[in-house]
Amino acid sequence: MDDILLLDAIERYLSGEMSPEERAYFENLRNTTPEIDQMVVEHNMFLHQIADYSANIQIKQTLHEVHQNLLERGDLNEGGALSPKGKVIQFWNKYKRVTAIAASVGGVIALFISGLAMYFSTSVNDPKLEQLGKDLEVVKKNQQYQGDIINEVTSKIPMNARLLSGGSGFLVDVKGYIVTNAHILKGTGAIVVNSKGKEFKSSIVLIDHVKDLAILKINDEDYEAIKSIPYTIQKTNSSLGEEIFTLGYPRNEIVYGMGYLSAKSGFNGDSLSYQIQISANPGNSGGPVFNKNGEVIGVLSTKQAQADGVAFAVKSKNIHTIIEDLKKSDTAFQRVKLPNKSSLKGVERKAQINKLEDCVYFVKAYGK
Amino acid sequence: MKGDTNEQALLKGLAHNDSKSVEIIYKDNFNMIQTFILNNNGSYDEARDIFQEAMIALYEKSQTDSFVLTCQIKTYLYSVCRRLWLKRLQQIGRFTGSVDGFEETVAVEEDLETHEKRNAEFVIMDRALNSLGEPCKSLLQGYYLKKMDMNALAAEFGYTNADNAKNQKYKCLMRLKKLFFSQYNIGE
Repeated sequence: MDDILLLDAIERYLSGEMSPEERAYFENLRNTTPEIDQMVVEHNMFLHQIADYSANIQIKQTLHEVHQNLLERGDLNEGGALSPKGKVIQFWNKYKRVTAIAASVGGVIALFISGLAMYFSTSVNDPKLEQLGKDLEVVKKNQQYQGDIINEVTSKIPMNARLLSGGSGFLVDVKGYIVTNAHILKGTGAIVVNSKGKEFKSSIVLIDHVKDLAILKINDEDYEAIKSIPYTIQKTNSSLGEEIFTLGYPRNEIVYGMGYLSAKSGFNGDSLSYQIQISANPGNSGGPVFNKNGEVIGVLSTKQAQADGVAFAVKSKNIHTIIEDLKKSDTAFQRVKLPNKSSLKGVERKAQINKLEDCVYFVKAYGK
Repeated sequence: MKGDTNEQALLKGLAHNDSKSVEIIYKDNFNMIQTFILNNNGSYDEARDIFQEAMIALYEKSQTDSFVLTCQIKTYLYSVCRRLWLKRLQQIGRFTGSVDGFEETVAVEEDLETHEKRNAEFVIMDRALNSLGEPCKSLLQGYYLKKMDMNALAAEFGYTNADNAKNQKYKCLMRLKKLFFSQYNIGE
C-alpha cells in the first residue's frame, strides 16, 4: 500500500500535477532519502521507455497504413503488373485536375445551351404533348385527303369511295395473296401499294376477327408476280430475346424498325400473340415481324397505349391456320401455297431488306 | 535552399508522426530503395521491411533534442538501408561479396547502434507486457499507450471507481517494472 502511494506521488511529481507546496515537500524528501530519489529516477526512465514503446507502435502503424495507401493508389509497385485498380487510380490522380476542368467547362456549355434552348423554344409539357397528338391527327387527315386525290387520279379506288384506314401487309404467295390485320380492313374493300408506290386492286378473301388476321388477293392486270418469296412463315414459337425487325408503312414510305421478342404471350396473357419491344406506329399494323434470318415469326398488330415501345404481334403459326381455313372455304384457293424456302439466312440486313421490301405492301381500306 | 526548408518541414512532420509528411517521404524514396534491394538478392517483402526500418531509425533520430540532419533525407535513408541490408545478407548467408548501388552514402553506424539498442528495449517491453497477463496488460496499455482517462478505464474494466482502477494500475505497473528491469539489466 505504501509503495502504491509512493508510486502515485512519483507519477504526479513527474507529470507536474503536484501543487507547489507538495512539490517542495516531495523534493525535500528526494534530497533526504536516496531510496526515493533512486525510485524517481528509475520510474522516470521507465515512463520514457513506455512512451517510446508506444510511439514506436504508432509510427509502425503509420508506416503500414501509408504503404498500403500508396500501394492502392499505384504509387508503389510490389511485383508483377500494377493492379488495374492502381493504374486507374494513378491515372485518375494524374488527370483529375484536367478532368475537373473539362467537366466544368462542359457543364457550363451544357447549361448555356439548355438555357438557349429554353429561351427559344416553347416549353414542352403535357398539354403541348397532347397538342402534338392532335397535330398528328390533322396530318393524318391531310394525308387522307391527299390520298383521296391521288386515288382519284389513279382511280384504283372506286369513285365516291373514301379512304378509311391504312396499314401494312405482306405476300404469302407469289400469286398475290397478302396477309394483314383484320382490324385494318374497315369498309368494303382495299387496295395495296407496293414499295415503289404502285397501287393494285385487291379483294378480301378471308377475314378472321378472333385472330385479327385477314387475307387479301390482288386482282389487278398490272400485277406482275415476283419469282419467289424469300422468307418462310415459321410454324413454331420463337424464343424470348430473339432479335426481330419489321417493315411497314406508318407513313407513305416503307419504314424499317428493330427490336426483340420480350414475352411469349400478348396483352393480358393472350396466347395467340407475342409481346415485342419495338417502336411501332399506327400503320405498322399488319406488317411482318421477321427474325434475324428473315423468317416471318408474326404479324405486328397492336401496341400498348400507355407503354412506350411495347407492341404485340400475332404469332406466325396462325397464318398457317388461316391458310388452311381459306383452302377449306373454296376450291378456288386449293392451290394457295405458303413459301417453303428461306433465302435470307446469314445475309446482311441491308440486303435482306432489299429483298423483303418487294413483298411488303401498304394496305389502304376504303368504304363508301 | 527551398529544398532544405522543405525537408526540414517534412522531418518535423515525421517527428510528430504526421501521416502526410510520412507519405511524402515514403513516396519520394521507397522506389529507389526497393530497386536497390531487388537488385541485390532481395524480395519485395524484404524491401518493405528494410525501408520501414530505416524510416523508424530516421523517426527516432528526429525525436532527439540535438537532431540535425547533415544530408538529404534520400541520402540518409539510402545509407541506412544499405547498411541494414548488408547486415541482413550476412546474417542469412546470402552475401555474395559485393553490393551493387553507387549512391552517395553517409556514416550511419552510430545511429544504427542506437536504433538497435532501442529495438532491443522494445522487445523487452513487449515481452514483459505480454507475460503480465490480463487484465494488467490491457489496463496498462489503456493508460500508457492509448492515453485513456482513469474514469473511462474504470468503466471499461468494471472497477467501481477510478481510485480502485488506479490502485490496480499501480500494482500492475510495479509488476511490469520488475519484469522489464530484470530483462533490461540482463541485457545491459
